Amino acid sequence: MKLALSIWRQDGPRAKGRMVRYDIDGVSEDSSFLEMLDMLNEQLIEEGEEPVAFDSDCREGICGMCGVVVNGSAHGPERTTTCQLHMRSFKDGDEIVIEPWRADPFPVIKDLVVDRSAFDRIIQAGGFVSVNTGAAPDAHAVPVPKEHADRAFMAAECIGCGACVAACPNGSASLFMGAKITHLGELPQGQPERDARAVAMTEQHDHEGFGGCTNLGECTRACPKGIPLNVISQMNGDVRRAGYGHR
Amino acid sequence: MTDQLIDGLYREGEPIADTKAPDVPVPEMWTRRKFDAALVNPANRRKLDVIIVGTGLAGASAGATLGEAGYNVKSFCYQDSPRRAHSIAAQGGINAAKNYKDDGDSVYRLFYDTEKGGDYRSRETNTYRLAEVSAGIIDQCVAQGVPFAREYGGLLDNRSFGGVQVSRTFYARGQTGQQLLIGAYQALERQIAAGTVQMFARHEMLELVVVDGRARGIIARDLVSGEIETHMADAVVLASGGYGNVFYLSTNAMGSNVTAAWRAHRKGAYFANPCYTQIHPTCIPQSGEHQSKLTLMSESLRNDGRIWVPKNAEDCDKDPRQIPPEDRDYYLERIYPAFGNLVPRDIASRQAKNMCDEGRGVGPEVDGVRRGVYLDFAAAIERMGEEAVRAKYGNLFEMYEQITGDNPYQVPMRIYPAVHYTMGGLWVDYDLEASIPGLFVAGEANFSDHGANRLGASALMQGLADGYFVLPNTIRAYLAKGPFEKVAEDHPDVQDARRSVSDRVERFLSVGGTRSVDSYHKELGKIMWEKCGMERTDAGLREAIEQVRALRQDFWDNVRVLGTADGLNQSLEKAGRVADFLEMGELMCIDALHRRESCGGHFRAESQTEDGEALRHDDEFAYVAAWEWGGDGGTPVLHKEDLTFKAIELKQRSYK
Repeated sequence: MKLALSIWRQDGPRAKGRMVRYDIDGVSEDSSFLEMLDMLNEQLIEEGEEPVAFDSDCREGICGMCGVVVNGSAHGPERTTTCQLHMRSFKDGDEIVIEPWRADPFPVIKDLVVDRSAFDRIIQAGGFVSVNTGAAPDAHAVPVPKEHADRAFMAAECIGCGACVAACPNGSASLFMGAKITHLGELPQGQPERDARAVAMTEQHDHEGFGGCTNLGECTRACPKGIPLNVISQMNGDVRRAGYGHR
Repeated sequence: MTDQLIDGLYREGEPIADTKAPDVPVPEMWTRRKFDAALVNPANRRKLDVIIVGTGLAGASAGATLGEAGYNVKSFCYQDSPRRAHSIAAQGGINAAKNYKDDGDSVYRLFYDTEKGGDYRSRETNTYRLAEVSAGIIDQCVAQGVPFAREYGGLLDNRSFGGVQVSRTFYARGQTGQQLLIGAYQALERQIAAGTVQMFARHEMLELVVVDGRARGIIARDLVSGEIETHMADAVVLASGGYGNVFYLSTNAMGSNVTAAWRAHRKGAYFANPCYTQIHPTCIPQSGEHQSKLTLMSESLRNDGRIWVPKNAEDCDKDPRQIPPEDRDYYLERIYPAFGNLVPRDIASRQAKNMCDEGRGVGPEVDGVRRGVYLDFAAAIERMGEEAVRAKYGNLFEMYEQITGDNPYQVPMRIYPAVHYTMGGLWVDYDLEASIPGLFVAGEANFSDHGANRLGASALMQGLADGYFVLPNTIRAYLAKGPFEKVAEDHPDVQDARRSVSDRVERFLSVGGTRSVDSYHKELGKIMWEKCGMERTDAGLREAIEQVRALRQDFWDNVRVLGTADGLNQSLEKAGRVADFLEMGELMCIDALHRRESCGGHFRAESQTEDGEALRHDDEFAYVAAWEWGGDGGTPVLHKEDLTFKAIELKQRSYK
């Protein structure tokens, strides 16, 4: 198929960006969206123009490294990662606008590549269980009711891609954060630090410049892993609990 | 070293041996080694610097553990966050000899299965230890909050995997790797917050610094600023994964590369068994030239799917539903009636390739061959009902439909083998120390535990065993001899390493040719897959060596890398990785050529039984082939480490 692409080009973090139009022909509908960009890049290299920088790694929807805004939607029209979006979701002759994640705490590094290290810093604030290696009790010593284990697992499916932030009109990372707080908060292992975790992570979130949550739900609609909105309620509950119930 | 050039390709050097495993019976070794390894006083640990390259299961767990212990850790990964390392994509599970099912599992049985699964080409001592520490991994991960599958009683569930007869595999649906990696990543982030680990994401190691014969640091490139940085340390750990991307199309992440290991090899670290590649039989086939990656489908599909190709080549482009049963060849059931569709990975893979090479493959033609066979669930749907099939495999079917656009409830799936895991890697001793003192290698990057084939669900086990339990204990024996005299950044060896990196970067940018880096990578991949893939011949390998050499020459004459070195430049990153793959590929072929036996994922056409089965030659090849870099334009030197088996008896495989 033949496509007209408008792609955000930006030479570096401080450079001014611009939309550039490229025409591409002969795209297979079996290609993934990123393979279509690979094809464009081969074409650009041949023409002596620097290829478009974009992030990707596993290309099977797990690592969370890829992610661009396609025609205004994070990861594009299907609810999946950009690497698992296939060109059969588009039609011959389509015009496609491709932009990087748009959020202040995710500054553009180059073209479609953004810096998501703010997510790591939110995890550093408390997104873990404080257990050193080597002295853990037998895994069967602490049973976990299946429904708690299942809910923890559901929340743990977050791949940290940042689509929730890119989709949110407020630029909030509440879905990402709520997922981690729910994952660890559902398990007995996560209880001792539960209150402190919720408070520290939300403080870091605000410090990074992410916006507040107003329950619009765009995040969960964009989430390729289907993390539900109620992890945000759980997070809010934990923050409240930390502030009022237990002190 | 003999002066004689063998096959015109390599020389043979002195034999080598592991000197670190204590001379006690195998089950007592690890306890003894831990006791004998000198301790480092907590106050002195703060004075010791350790560099870890790679943040997958092995690297992140090692970083977290060494950080907790109080060492100064510098951790490096090329991705934007350590959470993205490719361990994240592993699906099936992690083995551990917990015997929670009381079905007869034990440390010895896990050890035995691992040795047998690897066709007796791994080192017995390391493999036994792997089985021994496995149970502790599960405890550690559960304590971290890894959400393993549980039963209604709240206890952990297990399943069996990879053809073993016990249920020893712990899992988190189809995302075990992701959940384990997130656990290790969180432990690492905790240490970053505590200040014991300094993280360098979007950094790539491009050279090892060796001073006075010891590994003392690395030269890395900041992929965002383009700056070339020197990082010095008392010890260096490589946990940089495998090199399956030498084949271009593989199940590895796009960025997975051999550079860290290969740069260390060029500085004197031996590379062991490079030709050992594991091929996974159930991947989604290639759909065309545009393809960048092969996606693995869980092997559990073979439990209920029947594999077939048309009997007649002229039926290959027909709708499979129009081909009547009598015109279908259920070839695995025909050739291996006892195991049928559940034959081991290497056999299932090789037979699929044979069918396609014979002209009976299905699906789109790529390079003139249809590369696919049917994995058909029609019989299972008839037997169990569509709902039961959906409950068991629904997510996999959805993934397949997402990628191919075909609905596998109606049309048989198409599958084809793909490169999955490399068992070869840098040679290490029992302490995981390479042939360069102070250089340690963990996880898929080393060679020691899987032999010629890896048991399903053992990769995750090895990564975490090395990182959480083995390395932190063995590296202290080395660090106890430190702190070593500080090496100044203007030391001539450091300056040389830096210069070689900057010269190389400059060289890529100045060739100014006409071909993209990717086009070379694809061409290399085709040569390797056809001639050094799952079936190899003497003649094919000799051709491959010539072709790889010619391609490498052309690369340096004709590659086009645009842009500059002073910022993010993904073509430049790829150029460095592909240049190293072009050297690595040749060594893989030389290793494959010299090993005139079939074993594991390596089928040598000249070495088969009358029935066409893989034939090992234990009398000639029960050794590790550890290759020493022979210098640019020189020839590699083969050092053999004899494999001695005291706890186990060698047996020939049979799946008939």
